[in-house]
Amino acid sequence: MTARTLGSPGLRRFVRRFRGNRLSVVALVVLSVLVLSSALAPWLAPYAPEAIDVRNRLAGPSVDHWMGTDSLGRDTLSRLLFAGRVSLFAALTAVSIAAVLGVPLGLIAGYFGGAVDWALGRAADVLMTFPAIILAIAIIAATGPGLTNAMIALGIVYAPRLFRVVRSATLAVRAETYIEASVSIGTPSYDVILRRVLPNILSPLLVQISLMLAAALLAEAALSLLGLGVVPPTASWGNMLGRGFEDIRSTPALVWWPGLSIALATLSFNLIGDGLRDAMGREIRKGS
Amino acid sequence: MPTADRAGESGLLEVDGLSVDFATDHGWANVVADVSFHVGQGEIVGLVGESGSGKTVTGLSILGLVPSPPGRLAGGSVRFEGRNLTGMSERQLRDIRGNDIAMIFQEPMTSLNPAFTVGDQISETFRRHRGGSRRAATARAVEVLELVGIPNATKRVEAYPHEFSGGMRQRVMIAMALTCEPKILIADEPTTALDVTIQAQILELLSSMRDTIGMGVLLITHDLGVVAEVCDRVVVMYAGQVVERSPVGPLFDEPRMPYTEGLLLAMPQVGAASGRLASIPGRTPEPWNMPAGCRFHPRCPYTEQKCTERPIPLLAVGDDRHSRCVRTAELELRGVR
Amino acid sequence: MLGLFLRRVLVSIPLLGVVSFLVFSLIVLVPGDAAVALAGPDPDPAQIAAVRERLGLNDPYLVQYWNWLSGVLQGDLGDSLFTSQTVWSSISARLPATLSLAGLALLLAIVLGITVGSVAGLRPGTWIDRVATVTASVGVAVPYFWVGMILVLFLAIDNTLLPAVGYIPLTSDPVSWLQHLIIPATALALAPAAVIARQTRASVATVMSEDYVRTAKAKGLSPVRVVGKHALKNAALPVVTVFGIEANRLIGGTVVIEQLFALPGIGQLAYQAVFARDFPVVQGVVLVSAVMVLMINILVDVSYGYFNPRIRQS
Repeated sequence: MTARTLGSPGLRRFVRRFRGNRLSVVALVVLSVLVLSSALAPWLAPYAPEAIDVRNRLAGPSVDHWMGTDSLGRDTLSRLLFAGRVSLFAALTAVSIAAVLGVPLGLIAGYFGGAVDWALGRAADVLMTFPAIILAIAIIAATGPGLTNAMIALGIVYAPRLFRVVRSATLAVRAETYIEASVSIGTPSYDVILRRVLPNILSPLLVQISLMLAAALLAEAALSLLGLGVVPPTASWGNMLGRGFEDIRSTPALVWWPGLSIALATLSFNLIGDGLRDAMGREIRKGS
Repeated sequence: MPTADRAGESGLLEVDGLSVDFATDHGWANVVADVSFHVGQGEIVGLVGESGSGKTVTGLSILGLVPSPPGRLAGGSVRFEGRNLTGMSERQLRDIRGNDIAMIFQEPMTSLNPAFTVGDQISETFRRHRGGSRRAATARAVEVLELVGIPNATKRVEAYPHEFSGGMRQRVMIAMALTCEPKILIADEPTTALDVTIQAQILELLSSMRDTIGMGVLLITHDLGVVAEVCDRVVVMYAGQVVERSPVGPLFDEPRMPYTEGLLLAMPQVGAASGRLASIPGRTPEPWNMPAGCRFHPRCPYTEQKCTERPIPLLAVGDDRHSRCVRTAELELRGVR
Repeated sequence: MLGLFLRRVLVSIPLLGVVSFLVFSLIVLVPGDAAVALAGPDPDPAQIAAVRERLGLNDPYLVQYWNWLSGVLQGDLGDSLFTSQTVWSSISARLPATLSLAGLALLLAIVLGITVGSVAGLRPGTWIDRVATVTASVGVAVPYFWVGMILVLFLAIDNTLLPAVGYIPLTSDPVSWLQHLIIPATALALAPAAVIARQTRASVATVMSEDYVRTAKAKGLSPVRVVGKHALKNAALPVVTVFGIEANRLIGGTVVIEQLFALPGIGQLAYQAVFARDFPVVQGVVLVSAVMVLMINILVDVSYGYFNPRIRQS
């Protein structure tokens, strides 16, 4: 099998297959627009996100305020753009923390096996017994509300999920002959893991990370909605939604826009993840 | 004894001009073309061909079990006791399936449902067609399991398929098929997945069941050895067509179609002894890419100009024998007896 | 089956032990002196000392844990720091609302997911299948809390078909109970239903091409029986697996939904306790929700035995 390694022919096929998946490509474009518009918020936003305009409270769409305003007269479009920065960055932070914890431990458990694997596996079992949000809330209960604490909490909650994916992928790669060959000529373990194992588990890892970004975005929004994550006046899609729900009777737009933004972003992450999985899946492909 | 291939006279099951198409990337492909044969009461008829010859699809279409899509009945009829099965509604067909005509399949490993006990799966057929209490159906299940030679049947009805060996599972399949004492049994490669000694036992079981119940059997196989052992008559299929039809003895003594000769010579014991053709060269053509003229001509050692010009009809070549070869009268083909 | 159940319960006991230790240890995460942090704003030394005494913070750590655990084993989760109630009485008063919400949502998710998934899986490649697949992709991704809000907008505000928020106990008025739970339960059920539908579709499509399904058809069984009996029982295993995962997520989601819809459940209790820094209550809720997840996992594992006889016998 030549496609085992993610060498350039494999990568090219991967890209070609991914490009063949129209939905995933659309999702990538949508996500890029969301990311870019959020990143460029300071230049794109017509108003400062916290600028209050008391004469224009809960206003509908107008030339001045394309998406209307909230109960303090703040421009919804501007807040949405700035909130995107906060929310997307928060999701990325949480997943990065999960990766920093889960990936090395997964590699170690999968590569060395034995007692280490057993202990880490049971630890993951224990952590996965808690519903993610509830564990995150419990951690925040101890550490106090706030974006940083919320992200650390989510990172801890997601780490075992990433650990499991990395571990099982490593286990599969470990059994390949080229790994045995490297080991038999005396290559040090860390070298084998970093140079041989890691590149070969990148694709399942990427798929999982993409799906996890969607989950983290949702969880962060839920926490901020409850007031446990991003603390006002800083805007995030989650707390905009929470605040907007209070005014849903008069100004449903305040619920529509942030909700749609979250939905679009999570849908994009999911579709990209699906596309990545289909593009790499030899075994899945064979089945269909 | 049937003396002629005249539908309606002796056929309990009569397949007449059956054609089946499958949707492929190349459009509709004809995989069964104008196939005719019959099976009488108490008779075992072999339906022989390589994989891809259309024999399994023929078997499935008798009971209307060809998956659709991608399959479709393109023509012909199947008659059972004079009733036209191809014209029946799905609901009417369901009353026939498993009751008047039963079917067993190649893979006893996968053809039984792993999630239910064998007793459940056997009695289910009985209750479907005969009704009655669960207890009576289970009693019937024990009875048929004993009939097919499963030891300790009273206990074994409670067992799951994975608790049986391959040969025993095929016995269970046969028991399931015999539950309602069908008049016709269609057996699709019933011994292929089994090892040789078990094969012989299963064949013996089939032929003894034919004697006890008096049913007709359509035995679908690629193995002429199997045919020689139990069949009364043979239908040889190639590339979707019937290419030779004959009582067993004469076919083995003196085949009238080069393809049959090839199959006979490819039988292990004979091929080795004669030192000739161990297997037929080449492959079965793809249904969307059929050769013009005789469909076998690219692989046939006797091909001449006239073989390639136009489709060859099925010709009567003597006592209850038919061959689809234009040169059949000129050729002296080798038998194995 | 019973053996499998008991074995599975036995295996869960050490797991529960570690879980309880972790729940107890959450207090370690409180920055600085936990007693100071938890004693409320501007505590005087007496208040701090009282908190320290009530939490048993003067004892060595493992002794603290042991005291807490032996209480828990006797059904004593400790006392709330701020209300005069015990933690267990607060939780048990609020369990019915949470169980109503979670139970109804799980039921909806299963019924909806399996129905849509089966219909699509029986006709792979048709327009019904495509519509179901796209709907499921969207259903997985949309935020459940947002769905809840939009449902309120359409069903409670634009049309006054259902109440927007609030809770009526089942025992006092079953109809009103259901009316109040429809929107929150639907919101919560949507994503799990979509995941279950996806998995059911894939399983059913695979199982329908199995040889034993052909055998069942050849026996003359009706399509309802072929699918309902022979196919679904075999297709169920992976579906049950995702159900376990989704149930875990759904229980987490109840916290948010209870808060949004003013449902007096344990999620709302936890929420209030977080802001009050009522740590014993938080610990109690986390422990109870972990036990709920564990129980669901046990049920899932035992159902494997039902769906696959090989597991039962090994």
